[in-house]
Amino acid sequence: MPTRIQKEARKESLLLNMGPSHPAMHGTIRIMLELDGERILNSEVEVGYLHRGFEKTCEARTYFNLLPYTDRLNYVSPLINNLGYVMAVEKMFGLQVPERAQYIRVIMSELSRISDHLTCLAAMAMECGAFTVFLYKMKAREFIWDVIEETTGARMTTSYIRIGGVRADLHPDYKETLAKAIVETRKVLKDVHGLLDKNKIFLNRTRDIAVVSQEKAISYGWTGPCLRSTGVYYDVRKASPYSAYDQLDFEVPLGERGDNYDRYLVRMKEMEQSLRIIEQALEKIPRPSAPARVMVDGMEPATAIKASRVQRVEDRIRLSPNLEGSEKERYNDILAASKGSVVPPKEDTYTSIEGLISHFKFFMKDQGIRPPKGEVYFSVEGGNGELGYYIVSDGTDKPYRLHLRAPCFHIVSALEEMIQGHYLADVIPTFGSLNMIGGELDR
Amino acid sequence: MEKKKILEELKQRFQDKIKETSVQFGDEVLVIDKDSLLDIVNFLKAEPYAYTMLLDLTCVDDLGEEPRFEMAYHLYSLSNKHRLRIKAQLSEKDLSIDSLTSVWKNANWLEREVFDMFGVFFKGHPNLSRIFMYDGFEGYPLRKDYPLRRRQPRIPLRE
Repeated sequence: MPTRIQKEARKESLLLNMGPSHPAMHGTIRIMLELDGERILNSEVEVGYLHRGFEKTCEARTYFNLLPYTDRLNYVSPLINNLGYVMAVEKMFGLQVPERAQYIRVIMSELSRISDHLTCLAAMAMECGAFTVFLYKMKAREFIWDVIEETTGARMTTSYIRIGGVRADLHPDYKETLAKAIVETRKVLKDVHGLLDKNKIFLNRTRDIAVVSQEKAISYGWTGPCLRSTGVYYDVRKASPYSAYDQLDFEVPLGERGDNYDRYLVRMKEMEQSLRIIEQALEKIPRPSAPARVMVDGMEPATAIKASRVQRVEDRIRLSPNLEGSEKERYNDILAASKGSVVPPKEDTYTSIEGLISHFKFFMKDQGIRPPKGEVYFSVEGGNGELGYYIVSDGTDKPYRLHLRAPCFHIVSALEEMIQGHYLADVIPTFGSLNMIGGELDR
Repeated sequence: MEKKKILEELKQRFQDKIKETSVQFGDEVLVIDKDSLLDIVNFLKAEPYAYTMLLDLTCVDDLGEEPRFEMAYHLYSLSNKHRLRIKAQLSEKDLSIDSLTSVWKNANWLEREVFDMFGVFFKGHPNLSRIFMYDGFEGYPLRKDYPLRRRQPRIPLRE
């Protein structure tokens, strides 16, 4: 079946495919262009090459099990994706998350936001020919991912933020690595400002290209840095503060013209604000109520379970190193005090029959996390804008319907109109400035 | 603006076009008659409510119930910092609703997605075609009667 542009195109113009796999475009998306020389007369964007049926899959998974799937939506900032999902579920329960966990969430989502913006701008700069900037930014991102890896155990697919709190407390050495990451990122931001802000080539390719007016941006449902580049003041962190954002002081950078350059600048300034937020959060974060302990000695779990059949086990349990930071003493700091919606501590599971039962109750089919009937919408500020989850619960342990409001989807839907009338070469920086993430766009 | 007030005001103005109003987990919900969608939405978009943004648009399949499908629209007012959810029920026999493409531009792709996944027909949509799936895909994947692991038939190679 011919697509829209094939039907509409004039006979004398040239039809050109960009993508789905194009060296200058990150992500699989197909842009069909109708060209007159190098001018774009018309275009059609085709998405869906990365469609994995996220929403359908989630309907067949329990609330606990589907968390790893959310990592794979916006794979550059998985922690914010986790946060949006768990907060939607928490809204249904009305869970009270401990304050320390709130601050950990803020630190983690700001780190993710920085890595998201760094990736977007690195790719955009590289596509404009600034390979140095690309390498600098990737370097800064490595330092940020070091912090994330240290605490969460993974660089990208973290699944760290859990319903009721976070999986584990911050790593004992997090202060040093985080301080290093902040210093290095600041350095890189300064360098990049120097390399690009007044760079003739970069300005020529970005200034006044793909200008989007405020009205158009709102009509397209734009959110996040792209909307703010047009001068509209809307940030979910400010409009409806969640976690600990209302206790932190930060600014929302705005653009003026809404062109490629403004989108670049807003992202750069937002990273500085994110660093500010992290620094404040580091000062305000409540101290842990229990000291960190090293889990090298203690009873083997298998022996403990056996012993617990005849008598009460009082000994310490040797936990798997994977559980570092989620010992029972830390539960008050990192997870909500709500039985049934958070994983019971492993120490209880191994030493008492009641603990074992509650462990199985949590993971067993038709048990575990069962939010009340009804539907909920909750959104957080993701790297690209408002990341919203719409969950319909029927009272069972699986969501009846889960829908993701992907910020990318709304932004990319404006691409056709943005590149109309521009040169073919302008598609690349325009597309780069939008930060399309295939996993989030196609779900 | 007060939370409850908006729902009451709207109920008074539109009378029986609004079937039900409720507050769920802190979200205001408006269940409307599907034929008056455009009227209500245009009214809400104008001042003083100024719901200038269509945040999201999706559909839920309540298999076994009548009416079977339920559209959910999420609106946001930038000046009042207020969210509102509008729901409209569609029966399987008459699976169509007015398109919002004349009101918001992002409705174009969002409605294509719902058409692709649920088979809801949008009246007045300029280019209602599948967006994630390919032409020749059989069935509507997000409907509840579509099995999770269903296989699709082979399609001929495109020209």
